[in-house]
Amino acid sequence: MKSLAELAKLREQMQSEVNLRHDSASDTRVVVGMATCGIAAGARPVLSAFVEEVSRRQLKNIMVTQTGCIGMCALEPIVEVTAPGQDKITYVKMTPEKVSKIVSDHLVNGIPVTEYTVGAQQ
Amino acid sequence: MEMVRSHILVCAGTGCTSSRSPEILEALEKELAQQGLDKEVRVVKTGCFGLCALGPIMVVYPEGAFYSMVTPDDVPEIVSEHILKGRIVTRLLYQETVVDDSTIKNLNHTKFYEKQLRVALRNCGVINPEKIEEYIALDGYEALGRVLTSMQPQEVIDVVKASGLRGRGGAGFPTGMKWQFAMQSAGDIKYVCCNADEGDPGAFMDRSVLEGDPHVVLEAMTIAGYAIGAHQGYIYVRAEYPIAIHRLEIAIAQAREMGFLGENIFESGFDFDIELRLGSGAFVCGEETALMTSIEGNRGEPRYRPPFPAVKGLFGKPTILNNVETYANIPQIFIKGAEWFSSMGTETSKGTKVFCLVGKITNTGLVEIPMGTTLREIIEEIGGGIPNGKKFKAAQTGGPSGGCIPAALIDTHIDYENLTAIGAMMGSGGLIVMDEDTCMVDIARYFLDFTVDESCGKCVPCRIGTKRLLEMLDKIVEGKGTVEMLDEMQELCNHIKDNSLCALGQTAPNPVLSTLRYFKDEYMAHVVDKKCPAGVCKDLLSYSIIAEKCKGCTACARVCPVGAISGVVKEPHTIDTDKCIKCGACIEKCKFDAIVKV
Amino acid sequence: MAKRKTAVAFKGTEEQEGQLLAFIEQHRSMQGNLMPVLQKAQEIYGYLPIEVQKIIAKELGIPLAEVYGVVTFYAQFTLNPKGEYKIAVCLGTACYVKGSGDVLDRISRKLGIESGGITPDGKFSLDATRCIGACGLAPVMTINDDVYGRLNLDEVDGIIEKYM
Repeated sequence: MKSLAELAKLREQMQSEVNLRHDSASDTRVVVGMATCGIAAGARPVLSAFVEEVSRRQLKNIMVTQTGCIGMCALEPIVEVTAPGQDKITYVKMTPEKVSKIVSDHLVNGIPVTEYTVGAQQ
Repeated sequence: MEMVRSHILVCAGTGCTSSRSPEILEALEKELAQQGLDKEVRVVKTGCFGLCALGPIMVVYPEGAFYSMVTPDDVPEIVSEHILKGRIVTRLLYQETVVDDSTIKNLNHTKFYEKQLRVALRNCGVINPEKIEEYIALDGYEALGRVLTSMQPQEVIDVVKASGLRGRGGAGFPTGMKWQFAMQSAGDIKYVCCNADEGDPGAFMDRSVLEGDPHVVLEAMTIAGYAIGAHQGYIYVRAEYPIAIHRLEIAIAQAREMGFLGENIFESGFDFDIELRLGSGAFVCGEETALMTSIEGNRGEPRYRPPFPAVKGLFGKPTILNNVETYANIPQIFIKGAEWFSSMGTETSKGTKVFCLVGKITNTGLVEIPMGTTLREIIEEIGGGIPNGKKFKAAQTGGPSGGCIPAALIDTHIDYENLTAIGAMMGSGGLIVMDEDTCMVDIARYFLDFTVDESCGKCVPCRIGTKRLLEMLDKIVEGKGTVEMLDEMQELCNHIKDNSLCALGQTAPNPVLSTLRYFKDEYMAHVVDKKCPAGVCKDLLSYSIIAEKCKGCTACARVCPVGAISGVVKEPHTIDTDKCIKCGACIEKCKFDAIVKV
Repeated sequence: MAKRKTAVAFKGTEEQEGQLLAFIEQHRSMQGNLMPVLQKAQEIYGYLPIEVQKIIAKELGIPLAEVYGVVTFYAQFTLNPKGEYKIAVCLGTACYVKGSGDVLDRISRKLGIESGGITPDGKFSLDATRCIGACGLAPVMTINDDVYGRLNLDEVDGIIEKYM
């Protein structure tokens, strides 16, 4: 170890190793429906895409998690995004391709992608 | 690139390891591999979470679900329900964290953790102690880097002084002063030692730090070495702590490889290395001069002071010795500042203290609280009170050197001065809770028995004095005590206190003195009425059967190892008190509460 | 702690002695090397009979009396061989308060040996130990590497019988 800068660089790289482990009450939650119907409809690649995108952009305070059946099997894969103090936004018929737009518009800039939401589909 | 969406933390501290956490880890890895989830879920072995009573413990992130008392058989359910489908397995959750069917509270908002403030334990149960990378990710070695690249030794010591940090191993000597003395001692060769010979029965906080966050000790010792001008450190760790030793060995090897130990650390020209030495089970080696004598390869007998170790210590060179918990505070003082540290605690006692909450308490485990917290908050709120509806009688702190805090003083604010004033002491942090079934005379006798056994024998007041004291206590619990004996004991205690060579002897009478002070009535009951109110001292009680309650089931007669119980089937039985050895086997067997101790 | 000399004949092998000598050679220049050497010797032989102490005294150039003094000072060093199954009952405060004294009595009665003793067939040895730090599981006993926690008196006999 030669310098503080070298240490800081190393720490930066290692951050992703541990940043899942904290009190997540104030996080924005991204919940992917992962019941049998969700998995069958392709929820797993969607979940992976979220994890990958969030980690690639080194976003903080975003919790990507999964849940059971959300109850609208015809619209699976379903993803719910809840930011603190805001209403839940429900995205339906998700694909990995839609993920990056949701991350950049909604998670980063706080503007929901209305065309993917349940309201737009019905 | 490997994408991990979930971390499963499994406690691998001694408590959970003893209750089969290694099997859980194995089952977990197998199950994840089978379900094809091993790439996206990471399993992490951590140090102690503190809630040892609920072990083995498993925490799943990002949800923060806290599973307790997990068995290997539960693993497939956790994987297929929680990890795969995202349905938290509510039945295995620590019930305090369950809000309703679909919501869980973060652990930090449960009663056990809410009042705690984790400084020394901040990484325990968070990082994998066998990976230096995880320590670095949470600001590890940053303090060392700043110290070596931008501070003079005197500035380092000034920061430690300003923080108000005092030794966490017993007497509470200001750490900065200790460093100052050693720095000012002349000489090219000096040593930094770490006391990890945690010998107080019922205390395991140092072990938890070593097992959960070994690098913090290495980092702090290196900072200390730079401050006083030492290049070699020794960690004296109990041989009874195999997991701690193993993790320290790994940590030292990793720190050497990455250049946090060795030559020219952070290109500052400063060299420092650390060696492990194993203690071999002698309580007196927790005393600083005895510890050094032991590292030198001798019988661990204490030396006369002065000269103090800061002037003439290990191998005759200036030496500082701090305990594990003291070191665990150091790096954060440099990262967050001396002011941050001194903002916690009371006027004279800054920061936090780790206690091992054990004995008759619901939430057995490791707790870290700001100095000044009351005993009531620790026992009733964090500890969850006394189990089985029993009444709190006393808490014992400081192990064989400490004393008891009676129920009447439960609102005492815990700090060094307050504890000393009421005849207890901070000690290393064992906090043993006792209820109405604990006999205070028996407890005093237990501690004396311990010190007699552990007295090194070098000085007369300790070697012979404690032995005589124990003999008196033996007589009292056997029902052969007299009222005069209590005064003689008091006098003998004062002699031992005043004349012993080291802290072991000087503090050995404390358990007797403090029980005499607060529980004189129990002693009187033993010597005058020849009764043990708690029903513990076997010679002072006899067993008998209440004829009205006895159904004559013969269960007691069959279990009695000496055949002291006789009677006809379906008729009340009787106990022959001459034959009875008071083992209590009959009481356990009786379904009708018909057998009593009187 | 009382230390009795053993009546069991010394059965050390040349291989064991070779291991010990090699370790001593590696640590010859270390300051304060007696303790690490004794710890290694106990690991190799299982105990520290006088024959082993003599080798160490000669190799390190330390009087035998001093070596013996150190061996008898520390509780971890034993002059007696241990049983095939080493039973240790923790008598730390937390365990004691929760009744480990009774557990020790029960085992002592069952095996007919006192704490510190070994059964005549060499199968079990029984020790009362200092706090092993598993206070959360009190009362605790260990049999070799197996840990039994939250013991109640009734299950003690059954546990011992598993090893018989």
